[in-house]
Amino acid sequence: MPDIRNMTMNFGPQHPAAHGVLRLVLEMDGEVIERADPHIGLLHRGTEKLAENKPYNQSIGYMDRLDYVSMMCNEHAYVLAIEKLIGIKPPVRAQYIRVMFDEITRILNHLMWLGAHGLDIGAMTVFLYCFREREDLMDCYEAVSGTRMHATYYRPGGVYRDLPEIMPQYQPSKWRSAKDVNALNENRSGTLLDFIDDFVKRFPACVDEYETLLTDNRIWKQRTVDIGIVSPERALALGFTGPMLRGSGIAWDLRKKQPYEVYNELEFDIPVGVTGDCYDRYLVRIEEMRQSAKIIKQCVDWLKVNPGPVILDDPKLVAPDRSSMKGDMESLIHHFKLFTEGYCVPEGEVYSAIEHPKGEFGIYLVSDGANKPYRVKARAAGFAHLAAMNEMVKGHMLSDVVAVIGTMDIVFGEIDR
Amino acid sequence: MSSEKNKVLLEAINESLGTETQQIVEKYGELTLEINRDKILSVMRVLKEADQFLFTQLTDISVVDYLTYGQADWQTHKASSQGFSRAVNQSATMDTSASERRFAVVYQLLSVTYNVRLRVKVYLESDLPRLKTVSEIWPVADWYERESFDLFGILFEDHPDLRRLLTDYGFIGHPFRKDFPLEGYVEVRYDPEKGRVVNEPVSIEPRTLVPRVIRQDDWVHSSKPLSEQTDA
Repeated sequence: MPDIRNMTMNFGPQHPAAHGVLRLVLEMDGEVIERADPHIGLLHRGTEKLAENKPYNQSIGYMDRLDYVSMMCNEHAYVLAIEKLIGIKPPVRAQYIRVMFDEITRILNHLMWLGAHGLDIGAMTVFLYCFREREDLMDCYEAVSGTRMHATYYRPGGVYRDLPEIMPQYQPSKWRSAKDVNALNENRSGTLLDFIDDFVKRFPACVDEYETLLTDNRIWKQRTVDIGIVSPERALALGFTGPMLRGSGIAWDLRKKQPYEVYNELEFDIPVGVTGDCYDRYLVRIEEMRQSAKIIKQCVDWLKVNPGPVILDDPKLVAPDRSSMKGDMESLIHHFKLFTEGYCVPEGEVYSAIEHPKGEFGIYLVSDGANKPYRVKARAAGFAHLAAMNEMVKGHMLSDVVAVIGTMDIVFGEIDR
Repeated sequence: MSSEKNKVLLEAINESLGTETQQIVEKYGELTLEINRDKILSVMRVLKEADQFLFTQLTDISVVDYLTYGQADWQTHKASSQGFSRAVNQSATMDTSASERRFAVVYQLLSVTYNVRLRVKVYLESDLPRLKTVSEIWPVADWYERESFDLFGILFEDHPDLRRLLTDYGFIGHPFRKDFPLEGYVEVRYDPEKGRVVNEPVSIEPRTLVPRVIRQDDWVHSSKPLSEQTDA
């Protein structure tokens, strides 16, 4: 009888399907996984400790870099926590803008997930399709904040500035004739809201295209159906949230159950899965993109007819505008104080959670009354999901590990923090 | 979250866990339940399994180090004649002597059935803080406790696999404690002569750009720590 031993295999941290820097130590019996031990922390930057050493507003930019494919949602949880401690509510227009950009972010995130998940298990084309639409949404980010990814757009008390009246246009160049440029600029001739309106009109057809590529695709189904099944009870015990929980059949969505901002005035549905496998979670996310487009449409319609302030008029919290600074001593002093010292937040502790594209993203904020947070803890959805890795891949083949990593929608920025 | 739900929860806690709890605080619409460290397993089990609670989800475990709580770097009224950076003196305010309530382990619970949240707090002493693991009750606690051990050095008794999680292999110390400097102790670089990665003492100077200031006049709030407030 030959001596048969399990093989230990190292996966990552530089594996293209590891979605960043995941190192997995796999104990395998032939091609079957006996045990998976994820080693994380290779992207640990100490965000929470850094935030303790900075005034409140300077950490908003760090939040973008947590889950770096759904930037504004992270900011949202952070500014909500500060607002809860101070006891303020942003103007309604700011709330609509936040909801609109949360949903744009959700589509951005799900497109990135779909493209990467498809690429991991062999569907090359869908990646290119997804990035085509992501480009337009990135342009919305750029139009509103000046950056395509790390926006730093939300502020305690509202958003940084109102939506722009014009969209940036393509310019003719050596490679693009004036005729081509005109065609590209056609939907950019109006305001940002017109551009988003045009986007949500054509987006459902784009989702149909992705579905044509995948939903009934035989290879796609062979790779995802009945892979990584999680029962509803187990999903709750393992701390699953978001699409991972809904894929197992539990209709839990913070936008419906604990509505924040103006979600209770908007109409949308929550898709749930049945079997809790990778394929169901795929279907849930696809439907979420359609629902997000529906929410964005409602926000655009509201924002078009309801002008108004987008940030509170509170000089102790919000920097004064440039023109008043030039002519008003009081504003100059407020500006100086805000940018050299910041504002103090009342003593207390709060936990504010939002429905992030990946699940529940929460910020636990402790303040001792200073101008810097005493403790910030980011509750990342992906952390709990990755912790269940061992349970989800046990007994599956090595190639299914990649499908499970994909279905978890792992981004190391938020897991390692 | 509505306050009526909190009221119902508060009554249920008083009824079935009244003797086990140290105090309950409701602030900002959130309930915080403080318990003694010996009661952790029994209370958590009731909170998860009893029909009136059903906190089936453990959303998060976080640790707070209360070492420098309520201390400002900069005494505004005294130091304004000395200027900005000279007035910042972090180490002078740090009291590392043994304290009974230095660390707080904070559990965020969520009941999907009743749509209500609860925060459970356990205070621990500064020397060898230890606590029973709840990973038997919620499997997700496994990694949260490993993270708390790694970053704060809280020892979770009976934990199946208490290894470091986020810091590097061979890391020494618990970086999120308040007495651990922001810039750390060692820095890593590749040494071309030795042909490998080497650890060296850190070369960054600590620098406070914005001093920590506590102002009472911006908003009206009490000066007592939250744990001593009883407005529930």
